[in-house]
Amino acid sequence: MQTSVQGSRTSASGQAAGTLAERVERALQDDFLRRAVQFTTQRLRHNKQQAAAALGQWEAWRERGRQIRAHTVAHLDRYLQQFVENVRRHGGHVHFAADAAEAVHLVVQLACDRGVRLAVKSKSMVSEEVHLNDGLTAAGVRVVETDLGEYIIQLAGEPPSHLIAPAIHKNREQIRDLFCAAGGRGLTTDTPSLAGFARQQLRQLFLTADLGISGCNFAIAETGTVVLFTNEGNGRMVTSLPRTHIVMLGMERLLPTLADLEVMANLLPRSATGQKLTAYMTLLTGPRREGEGDGPEELHVVVLDNGRSNLLGDPAFQDVLHCIRCGACLNVCPVYRQVGGHAYGSVYPGPIGAVLTPLLQPGPETADLPYASSLCGACFEACPVKIPLHDLLVRLRQRNVERGWVKPGERLAWYAFQRTFARPGRYRRVMRLARWAQAGRVQAGELAQAPGPLRGWTASRQAPALAARSFQERWSALAAELRERPAAKEDANDA
Amino acid sequence: MRIALMTTCLVDQFFPQVAESMVRVLAACGVQVEVPSAQTCCGQPAYNSGFAAEARVVGQTLLTAFADAEYVVTPSGSCAGMVHHVFPTLFQGSPHSSQQAQALAEKTYEFSQFLLQVLGIDDLGAVFPHRVTFHPSCHGLRLLGVRAEPVRLLQRVRGLTYVELPAAEDCCGFGGTFALKLPALSTAMVDEKVRHVLATGAEVLVSTDMGCLMNMGGRLRRLGHPVRVMHLAELLAEGLRQGGR
Repeated sequence: MQTSVQGSRTSASGQAAGTLAERVERALQDDFLRRAVQFTTQRLRHNKQQAAAALGQWEAWRERGRQIRAHTVAHLDRYLQQFVENVRRHGGHVHFAADAAEAVHLVVQLACDRGVRLAVKSKSMVSEEVHLNDGLTAAGVRVVETDLGEYIIQLAGEPPSHLIAPAIHKNREQIRDLFCAAGGRGLTTDTPSLAGFARQQLRQLFLTADLGISGCNFAIAETGTVVLFTNEGNGRMVTSLPRTHIVMLGMERLLPTLADLEVMANLLPRSATGQKLTAYMTLLTGPRREGEGDGPEELHVVVLDNGRSNLLGDPAFQDVLHCIRCGACLNVCPVYRQVGGHAYGSVYPGPIGAVLTPLLQPGPETADLPYASSLCGACFEACPVKIPLHDLLVRLRQRNVERGWVKPGERLAWYAFQRTFARPGRYRRVMRLARWAQAGRVQAGELAQAPGPLRGWTASRQAPALAARSFQERWSALAAELRERPAAKEDANDA
Repeated sequence: MRIALMTTCLVDQFFPQVAESMVRVLAACGVQVEVPSAQTCCGQPAYNSGFAAEARVVGQTLLTAFADAEYVVTPSGSCAGMVHHVFPTLFQGSPHSSQQAQALAEKTYEFSQFLLQVLGIDDLGAVFPHRVTFHPSCHGLRLLGVRAEPVRLLQRVRGLTYVELPAAEDCCGFGGTFALKLPALSTAMVDEKVRHVLATGAEVLVSTDMGCLMNMGGRLRRLGHPVRVMHLAELLAEGLRQGGR
């Protein structure tokens, strides 16, 4: 293969440069990106609505999904232990990673001990979270992403910008150019041409790889089964052809039983892409057994904590662990739609990323993510397990205030707000003063240019001026007028 | 029937004509309105910015102002949403305030909700011969569940041509301090909304929240589009006048 696929995405894989506002500004300048993101989110969102309506009783399904996830996470210790015991009973190995570095170290060690030179991967957000490809590449292991979207962005040297459509920000022309640079000849922008090139490139790699790495959509406690939802068939290649299979599992992604999987199998594909069923639902229980024709000789499950257990038992934030990574909240988010995933500067983008990232990596450097939302609540409405993302965003803003991760000027402004609005008399005096201060700037009841923090508003919009008299000041005259014509009631009854 | 008007700070200071319209419409329905002067603001701007303690102090003014009211009606789905969705937990620390907050949530209605759910009125006899489209406020829609009420009121107005807004339930990009913190992003969002509004060919854009209308109207006027922006109460009050009421 002539491609220059490298595992490393170091330049783009960490926290992207600049503040949230700067990253947003950059994304807003990128018309290609915005058109591509808007086109695909619109399609995914529309398909989801159709699929949910066709299933019927969507709200009841959602509620059942919420119950299952809430129950599982509330008893995570028990289900995790049961899962681990069952994996081991079937001949698999389980490793626990407390953080990203430990997870990478574990996988690198497993690969090096087995003399692995080429690893093929199916899609795994957990591996993105720990930057696994960087670690393996540094250890001399070549890693190739085999999910088509992941393959594209690996060629581009970029991190994913969507949970399930990682190359959502690329259009066909950009993909063709990437494939041509990777050795494609005479490619067009048609799906068969592009997919054909990727398939041809990847086929040989599947056959020669010594290691397959996958994520895990759900881990079934009662059976020790790893469940994958994929659409391209690459997941089956990755988990059955190489000698060794490593599963990257976020520690919260459990389900108690196969019966619970049925509910999730209805919710996840519909929420993610609007599909009734995913093209491939793969259930893997242990490595290849005696007498079986395919499957890996060894199965290793790496269970990643990386901040998750800190959220267990925290009533404010535990709900975020219910997430099944369907991406529905991204597709409906009016912010995501304008700027795409990279503007969030975190592995997990969109509303769920704006909540999850500051929880997994708390600190001033992730503290601005919860402000990437107008709190419209569309994310909650779309969530198949009813995570109240809009409330969690506000709670994270509260945490910023408690931990001192807000600007002193803002703290002062809200203190002034409280002082002013706590006393009705003071409120009225201050507003009268403000009315006096705005005189001279008002034209036809509006301000075209406002001072201070309002400048951003008037850069693109007219701002209303304070009314000459407030409603409270007009009220007594209006009340008197209405008292003089009390006949209204009879009139209304005629209507 | 007597109700207490929760004016909201935005309407009190910037859009008093909206409260006046609401009072006139309610009066035409035989409802007597009181305006408790102890109210200032529900505290939502501070709350949504993470300043819950500050929001609590300010929101307390509403608990006091409306303690004795039988019904509280407000021209804002967002402020009513704050009272319904946030107040019961915001005041959890104090048993007395918590009780008051719970009681306030139970008796607080957004304007169109009150007309339909409490008064059972959808036809006021208003006349408004214009092409009108409607943007539902996110908080009215998702925190309060106000979905059908405003459209039903509009569809009963004589002469009014109602045009559905494409992607109506998408946020207009206001989001309170969001519009000040990320103004370029907020503008991109309102531009998408403006495109949808213009696609309807409507002469008038209606909503149930002045925050959204201030944002959409401010952008429409800056771009020079002559679409008139009205609160539902303003349209109904003007329709009553045109209908000779």
